[in-house]
Amino acid sequence: MVDINYAAPDTLDKAVALLARTGGAKVFAGGTDVIVQLHADLIEPELLVDIKNIPEVRSIAAEKGGFRVGAAMPAMKILDHKAFATAWPGVIEGVALIGSVQVKGRATIGGNLCNASPAADSVPALIAAGAVCTIVGPNGRREAPVETIVTGPGKTSLAKGEIIASFFFPARAPHSGDCYLRLTPRTEMDIAVVGVGVSLTLDGSGTCTAARVALGAVAPTPLLVAAAGAALVGTKVDAAALAKMAAAASAACRPISDKRGTKEYRIKTAAVIARRTAEKALERARAN
Amino acid sequence: MAKKAHVTLTVNGDEYEALVDPGQTLVDALRNELQLTGTKEGCSTGDCGACSIRLDGELVCSCLVLAIEADGRRIDTIEGMANGETLHPLQRNFLELNGLQCGICTPGILIAAKALLERNPDPTETEVRYWLAGNLCRCTGYDKVIRSVLAAAAEMRRA
Repeated sequence: MVDINYAAPDTLDKAVALLARTGGAKVFAGGTDVIVQLHADLIEPELLVDIKNIPEVRSIAAEKGGFRVGAAMPAMKILDHKAFATAWPGVIEGVALIGSVQVKGRATIGGNLCNASPAADSVPALIAAGAVCTIVGPNGRREAPVETIVTGPGKTSLAKGEIIASFFFPARAPHSGDCYLRLTPRTEMDIAVVGVGVSLTLDGSGTCTAARVALGAVAPTPLLVAAAGAALVGTKVDAAALAKMAAAASAACRPISDKRGTKEYRIKTAAVIARRTAEKALERARAN
Repeated sequence: MAKKAHVTLTVNGDEYEALVDPGQTLVDALRNELQLTGTKEGCSTGDCGACSIRLDGELVCSCLVLAIEADGRRIDTIEGMANGETLHPLQRNFLELNGLQCGICTPGILIAAKALLERNPDPTETEVRYWLAGNLCRCTGYDKVIRSVLAAAAEMRRA
């Protein structure tokens, strides 16, 4: 039996105070990673601070033309939010791959990010979307782009006592589209060999004015590949631009070899998946 | 040792009280404190779906929920699926179409399938397969499971 204490504060301030006061306290939201790690003795926190009773982390709301999504919103509730799903289909694709329906009934995007797996499916999509975290901690609130959070497998840039409260998704410009695709040996219930998130915006003539390309499972952390996005900006996202973008994606990979794929396979397929993802994002941008 | 916590769980409409350890999973509490052993524990890591239940209506793995979190909340398990002696159409179709062999995965599959049919009364075969991807069955090869769900769905649409 795991020897642990449990608290479920109803405000972020109380949660932060508990986390700051207790050595070995851990934020507990969906529990789909924490409970498994707890029972495998991979972590031994003295206290679990359940944040699900805090309204701020459990809501989705329109804000400044965009959306604010609570970090502890269960994935199924995000998938069922029609307005958000229409604005960010690529984010939805990433969230939909977090796990089974059962796991998504509990798992959260805050947890998917803070678990800090290089292969987390929602993270490249969040990075491509330009989502920004609102973080609450002992020194107050701060904002940080999603790509600055994961610093290595299982490691984040969050300081002791800090909690990600929510994610802000900016207002969508006209002719914008996003997409997340991953490569896995099986179609369901698997971990990405390569995952790619792309978000791009076109002007009225179909020229790309902004593009963000993010990769998962090909480096110790999810990557925002600036060179890949830059390869699309100023182009009509034609074959030549896509090839340049795909080459930049491959060049950014620093993968390991494991049972799901070798280093060489990941580097090669990152280019293929990046191109397919960008093509789908482009199709969506043209339809908007 | 951490102090035990007193929880009140509403399971299939009945109120239960129990003393649980803060680290104790809900599936463990259901089976060992409440003696509701219809819910099975398979992998304990959220991969197999044998422990599927509804928590305030949401389909979840009860091995990935702490019992202490479920205090004051509504839980639905396989024990609440039949109406007295009358089986739910899903249960009856699984029996008639051999949707099970050893039966360990069956309570979880039935709970998950019921959640699907509430959202989508007329799913395609592909939709059923994807929805049940989190429920592993090592006996049937899934074909009869899927056919049983589709047959139950068709019957429920006619009713």
